[in-house]
Amino acid sequence: MHALLKSAAAALILSAGAAAAHAQTVNLSNVSYDPTRELYREFNEAFAEHWREETGQRVNVRMSHGGSGRQARTVIDGLRADVVTLALAADIDVIAERAGLLPADWQSRLPHNSSPYTSTIVFLVREGNPKAILDWDDLARDDVQVITPNPKTSGGARWNYLAAWAWAHREFDGDEDRIRDYVGDIYRNAPVLDTAARGSTITFTQRRMGDVLLAWENEAFLALAEMGEGAFDIVVPSISILAEPPVALVDANAERNRTTEVAQAYLDYLYSPTGQALAAKHFYRPVSPEHADPAHLERFPELDLVTIDDDIFGGWARAQEHHFADGGVFDQIYQPRRR
Amino acid sequence: MSFSAPSPRVTEGPITRAVLIGTAVLFLAVFLFVPLAGVFFEAFRRGIGVYLAALTEPEAVSAIQLTLLVAGISVPLNAVFGVAAAWSIAKFEFPGKAMLVTLIDLPFSVSPVVAGLVYVLLFGAGSVLGPALEDMGIRVLFAVPGLVLATVFVTLPFVARELIPLMQEQGTASEEAALSLGAGGWQTFWRVTLPSIRWALLYGVLLCNARAMGEFGAVSVVSGHIRGETNTMPLYVEILYNEYNFAAAFAVSSVLALLAILTLGLKGLLEWRFAGELAANRRH
Repeated sequence: MHALLKSAAAALILSAGAAAAHAQTVNLSNVSYDPTRELYREFNEAFAEHWREETGQRVNVRMSHGGSGRQARTVIDGLRADVVTLALAADIDVIAERAGLLPADWQSRLPHNSSPYTSTIVFLVREGNPKAILDWDDLARDDVQVITPNPKTSGGARWNYLAAWAWAHREFDGDEDRIRDYVGDIYRNAPVLDTAARGSTITFTQRRMGDVLLAWENEAFLALAEMGEGAFDIVVPSISILAEPPVALVDANAERNRTTEVAQAYLDYLYSPTGQALAAKHFYRPVSPEHADPAHLERFPELDLVTIDDDIFGGWARAQEHHFADGGVFDQIYQPRRR
Repeated sequence: MSFSAPSPRVTEGPITRAVLIGTAVLFLAVFLFVPLAGVFFEAFRRGIGVYLAALTEPEAVSAIQLTLLVAGISVPLNAVFGVAAAWSIAKFEFPGKAMLVTLIDLPFSVSPVVAGLVYVLLFGAGSVLGPALEDMGIRVLFAVPGLVLATVFVTLPFVARELIPLMQEQGTASEEAALSLGAGGWQTFWRVTLPSIRWALLYGVLLCNARAMGEFGAVSVVSGHIRGETNTMPLYVEILYNEYNFAAAFAVSSVLALLAILTLGLKGLLEWRFAGELAANRRH
């Protein structure tokens, strides 16, 4: 016990010493969603360098990653994030609405709906595509197991769900009963719903469960890069959704932490040539492709993309309420099948 | 205490014994040794250089420091509470005693996630307490105090549970004798009660410590997962694993495993060193 107490005391002294030594350092807290880990690790270094050149101040960005819905919940519960970089607008809307930490019109404050990069939803299948999964209709087949996270906690999962819905809407000509049956079939084929996108990727790639992973395009490319090109294939469906992961300054927290200026600069830097090039490097589609390395852009396949503002969904506020709220369409098609 | 008890006669035949021992060893091997060896194998698979690099990474250092700090605060707190609770339960009669005994066991039966959520409700931004404390400059949730609270809650029963049966068995005779010979309350505690429970106390503290360092669920809820700030070792292991950084994940896991082995080793050493006294106390 003595040794333990001593090391605990030492840890206290060390951290206090470290805090004093870095008094000139400004701490910035970025609460993000799950698959952005690699992007922000590199972006934070680039921004720190940029900020030091501009102001001489050192900036230390603290990251927190998790399912987008859960991360929003944590900020509402009091995690003092200076900026949030989440998977979808609805999760930042909730923070504005329930905690009042930023104004309701936050999304109009930065260009491109506050989304410096976009992505879409693709399929990741095992090498050689043994189950011949080519498009959305194959996901409802009885012999296919689908890996996707839980739409209640994960932003990526909600994009997955809506992309499937968009395909079915076109396929069944807007017949809501058939769309519901189809989307319900997909979730009946899901043996497990992880809480966040990265958890699902690990379930599919490491635990070797399922035949197809519904994944962020960036997450699918990253899995290929990490696991070796030979293990998996990406299948691009005939239609998917334009996923816009937005970023926002959390005004009340930044004011409290006296970081408004650096936090705003941090978000602006995402739109800079450096930020855009890094986004493309980490498999996100940059909103200003002219700044990205053409070799990085070439990796993105062309496909038919529906947006959330399409009449099928009517924007995030409506889609969130209609599909994902308690008792919404997802609850109606998912729960009865579990019992 | 110099006489030795006659060794009990073994009545089972050699085959039964072999089967029983073999089953136990096999069970331990499959469920304990193999996974443990697996952790160390994975940790060192990429070489000692990668292993050391993973542990000297600033975020790893911070996670190790934070874990030791949280355990270093929670374990003494629970040791003091455990002794006080066990003492009052074993040596005194008072109204609400049965209730207290039940309450002490509560953390064992409540899921750690619920334990964490309770503190979110108590100290979250939507609560009365949280914002008030924050205005005074005290952060509870998503900071060290929250981690300590959650850990104290989860490890609360360990010390008390070890002590209560022993102290009840010992009864109050020795204390009454000490008091009647003119000893004060504190004197009685330090000279009579504490020496007779020190082994059980130590055992409880070791168990409490092992759990405090390894706790995941409750801590995960109140941590906020801020890298380099509120990630304890178990949380950090999960993050590394989710980032395809398997060598580092297992390196940090191996440190956790080592701390656990060290704890048990310490216990074994003390038992061996003070075997005589232990026998005198009729408890191991």
